[in-house]
Amino acid sequence: MMQGNQACAEGAVAAGCRFFAGYPITPSSEIAEYLSIMLPRIGGRFIQMEDEIAAMGATIGASLTGVKAMTATSGPGFSLKQENIGYASMAEVPCVVVNVMRGGPSTGTPTLPAQMDVQQARWGSHGDRGVIALTAKSAQETFQQTIRAFNLAERYMTPVILLLDEITGHTTEKVVIPERSTLEIVDRAAPDEPPGEYLPYRLTDDCIPRLAPFGTGYRYNVTGLVHNETGFPTNDSRDIACLIERLTKKIEMHEDDIVQWNEVMLDDAEVGIFAYGSVARSANAAVRLCREAGLRAGLLEPTVLWPFPTKAVLEMARRVKVIVVPELNLGQMAREVSLAAQCSVPVRRLGRVDGNPITPQQIVDLVGEVL
Amino acid sequence: MMERYELRLSGSGGQGLILAGKILAEAVAIYEGRNAVQTQSYGPEARGGASKAEVVISDGDIDYPKAMSLDVLLSLTQESCAKYSGDLKPGGILIVDSEMVTDPPRGEYRLYAAPITEIATTRVGKVVVTNIVALGFLARITEIVSVGAMKKAILARVPKGTEEVNMKAFDEGWNAAEELLRA
Repeated sequence: MMQGNQACAEGAVAAGCRFFAGYPITPSSEIAEYLSIMLPRIGGRFIQMEDEIAAMGATIGASLTGVKAMTATSGPGFSLKQENIGYASMAEVPCVVVNVMRGGPSTGTPTLPAQMDVQQARWGSHGDRGVIALTAKSAQETFQQTIRAFNLAERYMTPVILLLDEITGHTTEKVVIPERSTLEIVDRAAPDEPPGEYLPYRLTDDCIPRLAPFGTGYRYNVTGLVHNETGFPTNDSRDIACLIERLTKKIEMHEDDIVQWNEVMLDDAEVGIFAYGSVARSANAAVRLCREAGLRAGLLEPTVLWPFPTKAVLEMARRVKVIVVPELNLGQMAREVSLAAQCSVPVRRLGRVDGNPITPQQIVDLVGEVL
Repeated sequence: MMERYELRLSGSGGQGLILAGKILAEAVAIYEGRNAVQTQSYGPEARGGASKAEVVISDGDIDYPKAMSLDVLLSLTQESCAKYSGDLKPGGILIVDSEMVTDPPRGEYRLYAAPITEIATTRVGKVVVTNIVALGFLARITEIVSVGAMKKAILARVPKGTEEVNMKAFDEGWNAAEELLRA
């Protein structure tokens, strides 16, 4: 039995995380608390930094030495970290940023659940870049998704956001931790060339750079400025376009490997529910209740929010009469679903922002109303 | 086959009710091998305010983790009783601290009252074990979980050196319920 936040800490350690820098913030603090106990015991490092911004900076710095590194926060801290998250995107430094969402804007509602940061995860930092953001609905999924976040970060050399919410973080339930040997763990690729010929940002077929850990004999420059293959700043238009296009392309071209979702009773559904995070639990219950009442509802439950599961939504839109999007915000993902559905079916949003979860009955009522 | 049994433990922040909820869930899920999910809700303050922990028990999978229609509500303060009793189902069980909840709401439920905080203070000698007294009382009234599983779960969670006082607290709560049921 463990809460989602503890499952996140366990997943991080299982994935090979050996560095955590953070600043305590409800409802994510238990992730830092557990890692402060776990990491020193296995030769890792835990640092409580002076603030959220520094915690993000330390996480990036640690990762550049080849260590798998993570930080965890909630809305207000996520806002503060955005500049450095953009830096990690630009410098292509793999790391995991967990955001256990609470209500905003500003300091909002520290102890209450929300899903108000899902668009911020995509567009919170300035500039064009591809973004990977995962989510989870249970402690078990949190364990697995934390491992996947590290694997994707290392594979694609990018910060990966894990969006949990207060309910997932603080729900205590059974978690089965598999044998380490059965887990798929990805480590970043090493450079192919010796130090003398090394170009850290060499253009490769897969658009992913091979950044050598600092201290292994490879010398290179790391910067937030637009840089060429050497890592040094440039204002050459071809170099600028090459880098900025590649930062988006390296995620886009691998979407099929990154995007994942679950489907529940969608085959004959007339109403398609799109729900993620803790709300997906309400939606699973709602599908069960709808079916018992003879209402043909089905569920599309993305476990990756960015890149957005456009193909899965469009496929659902072709099959159902109407799509319903319950979420703990006022339509942030409903908007995305509408775009993906290309106006082929109506999209009804069900937003709740009073600090309470969306109940299965609320979804059932809306399904009954739209059918 | 039990489909869904919902309990809410409520009181004031700092009374240890979230820990009590975790212990109850672990007793059911780990020591009895059934399913249980525990959630919590509390205010930003470290002490005071209405606080609640919820435990959903099932022999099957639990999708929605929060309580919807309570089988059991435990309230250690008047404020939490007033705030949270609306979700109690008809015929459900309401357990209150008789000294703290002076005005329990009227409704179609079974009311069990005992001076839970007072028992912790006087019979056990430590107010901090009020949550464990409450668990003992609740375990006897509801019969939702075995004594053996509860005691194992308590011992696995409480700080070293406090095992004895916590076992006494559980027994005192249990006995108070036993007396009430016999009366």
